[in-house]
Amino acid sequence: MNVLQQKQRELTEFRRRLLFAAFFAFLLSGLLFARLFHLQVNLHEHYSSRAESNRISLAPIVPNRGNITDRNGVILARNYSAFTLEITPDQTLDLDAAIDALSALIDIQPKDKRRFRRLLKEAKTFESIPIRTRLTDEEVARFTARRHLFPGVDIKARLFRQYPKNALAAHAIGYISRINDDDMDWIKREAASRPDRNINYKGGTLIGKVGLEKQYEFELHGVTGHEQIEVDAAGRAVRVLSHTAPVPGNNLVLTLDSALQEMAEAAFGQRRGALVALDPRDGAVLALVSNPAFDPNLFVDGIRLDDWDELNGNPDKPMLNRAIHSAYPPGSTFKPLMALAALSQGRRSASHTIADPGFFSFGGRVFMDDKVGGHGSVDMFKSIVVSCNTYYYQLANELGIDAIARFMREIGLGMRTDIDIPGENEGVLPSPEWKARRFRDREQQKWYAGETISVGIGQGYNAYTPLQMAHALANVLNHGRVFPPHLVDAVVDAGTGETRKVSVSATRQTPLEPEHVDFIKRAMAGVNREGTGARAFAGASYDSGGKTGTAQVYSLKGQRYAGKNKERLRDHSWFVAFAPLEAPRIVVAVLVENGGFGSTSAAPIARQVFDYYLLGRRIDGSAPEDAAGAEEGDAAALLLPSPPGAPNHAVLP
Amino acid sequence: MPSYLKRQASRVRAHLDMPLFVIVLLLMGVGLVTVYSATYSTGMGRLDNQIVNMLIAFVSMLVVARAAPQKIMRFALPLYLFSLALLIGVALFGVSVNGSKRWLSLGFVRIQPSEIMKVAMPLMLAWFFHKYESELTRRHFVIAACILFAPIFLILKQPDLGTSLLIGAAGFFVIFFAGLSWKIMLGMGAFAAAALPFFWNMALHDYQRRRVLTLLNPASDPLGAGYHIIQSTIAIGSGGPFGKGWMNGTQTHLEFIPEKHTDFIFAVFSEEWGLAGNITLLVLFFLLTARGLAIAFAAPTLFSRLLAAAISLISFIYAFVNMGMVSGILPVVGIPLPFISYGGTALVTLAVGIGILMSIHTHRTRIEK
Repeated sequence: MNVLQQKQRELTEFRRRLLFAAFFAFLLSGLLFARLFHLQVNLHEHYSSRAESNRISLAPIVPNRGNITDRNGVILARNYSAFTLEITPDQTLDLDAAIDALSALIDIQPKDKRRFRRLLKEAKTFESIPIRTRLTDEEVARFTARRHLFPGVDIKARLFRQYPKNALAAHAIGYISRINDDDMDWIKREAASRPDRNINYKGGTLIGKVGLEKQYEFELHGVTGHEQIEVDAAGRAVRVLSHTAPVPGNNLVLTLDSALQEMAEAAFGQRRGALVALDPRDGAVLALVSNPAFDPNLFVDGIRLDDWDELNGNPDKPMLNRAIHSAYPPGSTFKPLMALAALSQGRRSASHTIADPGFFSFGGRVFMDDKVGGHGSVDMFKSIVVSCNTYYYQLANELGIDAIARFMREIGLGMRTDIDIPGENEGVLPSPEWKARRFRDREQQKWYAGETISVGIGQGYNAYTPLQMAHALANVLNHGRVFPPHLVDAVVDAGTGETRKVSVSATRQTPLEPEHVDFIKRAMAGVNREGTGARAFAGASYDSGGKTGTAQVYSLKGQRYAGKNKERLRDHSWFVAFAPLEAPRIVVAVLVENGGFGSTSAAPIARQVFDYYLLGRRIDGSAPEDAAGAEEGDAAALLLPSPPGAPNHAVLP
Repeated sequence: MPSYLKRQASRVRAHLDMPLFVIVLLLMGVGLVTVYSATYSTGMGRLDNQIVNMLIAFVSMLVVARAAPQKIMRFALPLYLFSLALLIGVALFGVSVNGSKRWLSLGFVRIQPSEIMKVAMPLMLAWFFHKYESELTRRHFVIAACILFAPIFLILKQPDLGTSLLIGAAGFFVIFFAGLSWKIMLGMGAFAAAALPFFWNMALHDYQRRRVLTLLNPASDPLGAGYHIIQSTIAIGSGGPFGKGWMNGTQTHLEFIPEKHTDFIFAVFSEEWGLAGNITLLVLFFLLTARGLAIAFAAPTLFSRLLAAAISLISFIYAFVNMGMVSGILPVVGIPLPFISYGGTALVTLAVGIGILMSIHTHRTRIEK
């Protein structure tokens, strides 16, 4: 083959391959172009927002929580600013070494370390976590001088919740504590159901757990503000892009009178029990006592284990809100309501008189009055003043359980009062329907006529909270108009100062005849003048009405009540009352657990509260010790044994 | 003196290929502007260095352009053997950095022999085919394959997959342009495809496998190996059609882009200049290649033809692989973007390559005569 031809052929092939290479390069350029077009045009918005979220970090600014004050402006919950020593784990090389070194400088207790470890597990590593709270000025100075030795450790000012009156009204106010998973769910639900309210807990760690702090959480919390910060890849802040100030939470003004509350709590002393004082005209709660109480300040920056153990393990159950959560048999305080039921339903006139032989027999069973031989001839007025059991055994039997249950429900028993704190118990209003719901066993579901009879004197399955008893009495005094009890009088906008009154309106209306109500008021006034409340109200400069009650904890089965009974088996002592007689401004329900007779334990507390509220003064409130003479009819001595598991006693031994 | 300078200047001009010169000048301009943006926060030192690097590169280019291809050809065998010896030296006495042994320490300076091989390989093969031009048989292609694989094997062992692939590509281009039959190439392609799983399991290091896997799904490891790709694609995508403007790239200036002045500089450029800038850059690289291929088209000898074609194509491949890696269609390999990335070695090597193209073009007529 010709060399020249061969060369020419090779050259042609080479040049063909050059063209191929150029085409190849063009193809690859096209591929790159396609990729870049895809990224920069099709996906441009996606990547723009990713670049923005890379660069912009939202730093939340936690709003100031609203204050809580009583009706006279006394502060019950507020915030104060204090210095905390905080560690950012990400920026600290050796946590343990750093904490040890800090301990030499600042008092760090094992409990502080434990809390730090716990928070460390929950938090993100770039968040700063407090190791010590409430530093003294001296400690702040000591650390500041050596700050350069501690990378990732800094002092910050944080707001703390403070309850300046400590345990005062703790059950009503509640407390705040760290947000847990349940709270997160709650926040999410709330945020979803109220999109207009801008509920945002970013950066916040605390939330209301019980009481008003929980009920009004979303009023008190405020709206979280934020700062848009430009950050670099290492997370360092470069500059602030925008600042949205937080909106402080609203303040709550309560209907509660803290002085009255303080006095009422003091009146209980060491005794367990509860007191609810209402203004019957609008349902405003004037005092809400559950004794013993707890110090809500303990919870604010994480309760210490030993404090928690003490609160939880205490047999007196200081965390239990007896006023709204514990239901007790109302005992004889139920009798005026029974009388009113009979009047309202036209089943008996007030003048109807019975002869009380000292017992009532029914279906082969004998129900005893406590006064041997009976009270003689008893009309409705006397039945209340002397607390005659026989009268109500008969009356209950005559009315029947359905009529009783219908009336009691109308005046607010056996259902939640809708007070504005969570955890309310609806109590037990016994009826055949209730029993069918309550029990599974066919036999147990059956209602026996004998059970109606013990219901008549407030025993049996009956169980109501002190709040319900005060509420029911208030409803009666209002001639059947029902005002839901409320602790908050007004919500005050912290920014504008604008005050939003809580609207007060009757939610239900069951007309009661004025003359029937007047009769009951007069009969209850008789109790305080000449009956079981006379001793406690001796010498009062105002007219009042009341009714004692004794709720059986333990059936004595025919034995006489005796001092040797274990303290916690003794009966609960009740007193419900109102004053002044003509135009009542205050209603109370007092319950003293295992207090024995209502007249000795509970009534004197009510007297002190009335004196203070109506006259503005304290009396030396030592209760008359020996009042046994006034105790007629109060202890429901001989009764059926309590059905198993039936009455919702709060404290059963 | 003025006349001496004038004479020198005219000689320089005589060996300058204007289209190539303008393209390289434009690319280096883009490089300077981008390096400035990527490094200004850490001071002007890098920029000054890069200006010096570019001056050295230009001088090297002009010097090489003045040398006749025959002279260049004389360097082929010695340079190849020299760099092969250095690679063996690396294998025996090399310095390990980041787990791979790529450097040879000469006391005062550390050199990376694989860089020299990038130039030596196409030179050597072009020389080899030129020398046996009139008697080429299959046997010569086998020998060429040996010339190619000996250094590649050594570089793979370092391990440095990226460089060995690029040197492999450079050598392969020479062999391809020398007329390797299509049948054999197809056969080799098929063989390579079949061997891929074996290669994957046996030959690749963990970190290399991870890079490939990361490419397929960067989100699988957003803070580790995938981080670079994720951040560079965010930079490119957020640049949009017209970019955020020079010095305004947030991904760049807030340090989200790793290696932003070297291997990932394309992300910086893309973010600030957008698709418009990228098209310009693609066009420049394509024109550079096209001009080089045109020079090869007109080159008079087999040596100059093969060398010019290989240099043109390999410089395009460099650009393609770098941009492909940064935009997330190729695995991460440590290749700078030609003329743009900060760094002297690659810049000078490339400039020498362009100088060779110029030499080939400006000396073509004399040979023909």
